[in-house]
Amino acid sequence: MGDHTAKLILDVKNLVVRYETEDGIVHAINGIDLQLGYRETLGLVGETGAGKTTAALAMLRLVPDPPGVVECERLTIDGRDILNMPSAKMDDVRGKDISMVFQDPMTALNPVFTVGEQIAESLQIHEHLDKRDAMKRAREMLELVGIPGSRAGDYPHEFSGGMKQRVVIAIALACNPKLLIADEPTTALDVTIQAQVLELMTTLKEKYDTSMIMITHDLGIVAEVCDVVAVMYAGHIVEQGTLEDVFNRTKHPYTEGLFNSLPNIYNRTAMLKPIKGLMSDPTDPPPGCPFEPRCEYALAECKTRNPDLVPAGPTHKVACLAYEQEGFHIKRRI
Amino acid sequence: MEKDLKKMPTPAASSTESASLSTTQARLVSKTFKKRSTWASVWRQLRKNKGAIAGLVLLIIIIGVALAAPIIFDYNTDIIQNNIRERRQPPSADHWFGTDEMGRDIFARVCYGARYSLAVGVVAVLFALVFGVTFGAAAGYIGGAFENIMMRLCDILSSIPSVLMAIAVVSALGKSTLNLMIAVGVASTAPFIRVARAAVLTVRNEEYIEAARAIAVPEWKIVVTHILPNSLSPIIVQATLRVGSAIISAAQLSFLGLGVPAPAPEWGSMLSAGRIFIRDHSYMTLFPGLAIMVTVLSLNLIGDGLRDALDPRLKS
Amino acid sequence: MAEAILQVRNLKKYFKTNSGMLHAVDDISFDVREGKTLGIVGESGCGKSTAGRTILRLLEHTSGQVIFDGVDITKLSGNKLRKVRKDMQIIFQDPFSSLDPKKTISQTISEPIRVNRILTDKKQVEERVLELMKTVGLAERLINSYPHELDGGRRQRIGIARALAVLPKLIVCDEPVSALDVSIQAQILNLLKELQNKMNLTYIFITHDLSVVNHFSDDIAVMYLGSIVEKAPAEELFNNPLHPYTRALLSAIPVPDLRHKRERISLKGEVVSPINLPDECRFANRCFECEARCRRGIPPLLEVSPDHFVACVHHTPPEAAGRAAGEALA
Repeated sequence: MGDHTAKLILDVKNLVVRYETEDGIVHAINGIDLQLGYRETLGLVGETGAGKTTAALAMLRLVPDPPGVVECERLTIDGRDILNMPSAKMDDVRGKDISMVFQDPMTALNPVFTVGEQIAESLQIHEHLDKRDAMKRAREMLELVGIPGSRAGDYPHEFSGGMKQRVVIAIALACNPKLLIADEPTTALDVTIQAQVLELMTTLKEKYDTSMIMITHDLGIVAEVCDVVAVMYAGHIVEQGTLEDVFNRTKHPYTEGLFNSLPNIYNRTAMLKPIKGLMSDPTDPPPGCPFEPRCEYALAECKTRNPDLVPAGPTHKVACLAYEQEGFHIKRRI
Repeated sequence: MEKDLKKMPTPAASSTESASLSTTQARLVSKTFKKRSTWASVWRQLRKNKGAIAGLVLLIIIIGVALAAPIIFDYNTDIIQNNIRERRQPPSADHWFGTDEMGRDIFARVCYGARYSLAVGVVAVLFALVFGVTFGAAAGYIGGAFENIMMRLCDILSSIPSVLMAIAVVSALGKSTLNLMIAVGVASTAPFIRVARAAVLTVRNEEYIEAARAIAVPEWKIVVTHILPNSLSPIIVQATLRVGSAIISAAQLSFLGLGVPAPAPEWGSMLSAGRIFIRDHSYMTLFPGLAIMVTVLSLNLIGDGLRDALDPRLKS
Repeated sequence: MAEAILQVRNLKKYFKTNSGMLHAVDDISFDVREGKTLGIVGESGCGKSTAGRTILRLLEHTSGQVIFDGVDITKLSGNKLRKVRKDMQIIFQDPFSSLDPKKTISQTISEPIRVNRILTDKKQVEERVLELMKTVGLAERLINSYPHELDGGRRQRIGIARALAVLPKLIVCDEPVSALDVSIQAQILNLLKELQNKMNLTYIFITHDLSVVNHFSDDIAVMYLGSIVEKAPAEELFNNPLHPYTRALLSAIPVPDLRHKRERISLKGEVVSPINLPDECRFANRCFECEARCRRGIPPLLEVSPDHFVACVHHTPPEAAGRAAGEALA
């Protein structure tokens, strides 16, 4: 993950999140390490239940407690210790230094305030602007995301889905955050609108030198906007590296399975090769490697030993015991 | 049909789960794998709710008392026979709740009165349930002009104060226990029409209704097998809560002298009879009043508990 | 070339709304060949799902014909309609709302068998249910489970088993995999493909996902605002897309492959509401090649090369172009 001597915008060490419910303990995140350099975009990839969103919430200290229990060795954002920060201070950091874009733009906006007021609100709180200046900045922000400033007085229901997501992005970027966490920001949108929004996010990110975490299940989006990738499975990071590492030199059987499950647009006759079975129950994870029950390369010891994330190249890490064998490699379809 | 079935092969590949039993063993399968009913899960939810369990225990006691009353007490000698020498006695070891102005034991009368209150409440709500759900479900399912007319009628029905409505019904039909039930039932119908219509409306647009139509299930069968079972939860909650208010309405009418005819020991008429002595002999109104309160409270506790247990939004 | 099992001719479905007529499906025509898959692709609100439901008569059409196996089913009613319904089934997008939460798997799968009296003996019905469960890859132990106890992939398998229970010839698949995770999505797509090969099923595959439709379909129709703007065999459509909308749509798919860097055509604006549409090319407002003549009337869907149909003024068939040139000269 980049140069280790350089300062990091995000540094997470051994993050564990579990939800203690009546039906048992849900092991949502089981010890993940994440580092992100300034101006980088990290793609956090995985399927439903992999723990992507929980990881993001934990970074913002937004995991509901109870039932959530967060344990972590180190969590710093922009060099500041988030883990031990008083909650009043944390409110200051959220929205100013880190902000989040959620999946569903329909529910992220308050229907009784105009979009201009909603952008201005965060400016008034964090930048201490007075109402007039804040509204002026709000109009500028709208222009920036491609909405005429004159529409600042409109209510959310007067906008389409794509426009609403632009407004959400404008709110998130209003205070010029250092880190933007986008949780499936385009999943609710149509393909052509998705393309517009992704393009907008990449341009703005570059313009403002923002670092970004893109949470998605879509490897296509990762290929388009990310520099580095972390693949999550059942609360573990199973593979991590630069875009080229993960896409062109795939190492983990789960990552391979994801690629093989996708229809190939350049070869329509290629048969899909799905991953067998289902993700294991997070209240009762297998004792060994979490992917072992679905893995076609599983060895006997995968049942009992959980692999560590170990280097597989200068920037590449993988958590798979099979690589302890001499000459092991996986078979990518493409 | 045999020929049709042969067209379809029995492929085994592509399955991600191993199917181990052969079809000759099929007959046993549905018995081997036990069905967990939805009611079992509702009961599990309900059991966690302390209030609902307290309500349930109270209600069971009240029902027990109502059932046991005719065995313990003789209607003619214990309940309605005057005993002037012992009139207006305060609570004592002989008369736990005291005696009324005719010298009748209030404890016996309160116990016996549970029979009237419960019967009126349950029958009135059943009446309202049958009519309300039929019309409400039809309005929700058919829609259009029919729905409009039904809902406007429902508005009119609910704009008349329910006691006034019940008074009108009793005056028209005459004074009797059955007519009291009908009167209270008519007055409770409107909420059932509303709830049933709303429930049917949400279910009607679900995709599984469309799926049923696609496999050529006749319309009436869709209503009976898919729509009604899935609209039941809010109706059950409504019914439980309504029994409580029906008991209060019945007591109100009896208090006004329009309910169960004297000398039957109805709680409302006991309150009414005792009200002139309230200054010196408050126990004459206290105990029937408490009986009404405890009964209605137990029903409301159960209703609230059921609402929580049946509401899918609160389930994980 | 296989026979057309379904012919849709000038099908229209309008909805009355408070602000005017909503043109959900506006004059579409196509054929579906027996044993093949027609993919209908388009963005939300383009009318693709409405089209699918109107063909099955789950919605009543406004005008046009749906000819299935030589019979115009828009004119059928009562028992005849019920008979046809057995031949045409649907698989829904949302595996959570398409199953009755109060019914067990066996009740859901056996319902079409019981209702249509395909089998009446209780034991035979149960055997048939188990056979269907095996066909779609559901373990027998799940027979008495309720839908909420199962994950999305298994629920979708139940939906497929229910559709197969009446031995249909044609199945409309309405976004059958878009609610599922990629690894589960591939399992379901493979299952559908396998069933097609074994049972000679014909599919209408409705989706917004171009890479899925490309993988799955033999022919593809692209819909925009209620109309078909382009229709061609899958291979041809992907290699030689002609309509500007198809080209933009293709270029907008994020491809998980670093070796192919593509030119992105970004479309301006968003889909307009399909109420009271002006009499011009539906795509004119967002089109990057729009000219004055695009505003003059709706361009018809014309065959520009064998089996490749486009509705765009920039692409006219050779003979029509020749005629236009002749007219210009004269």
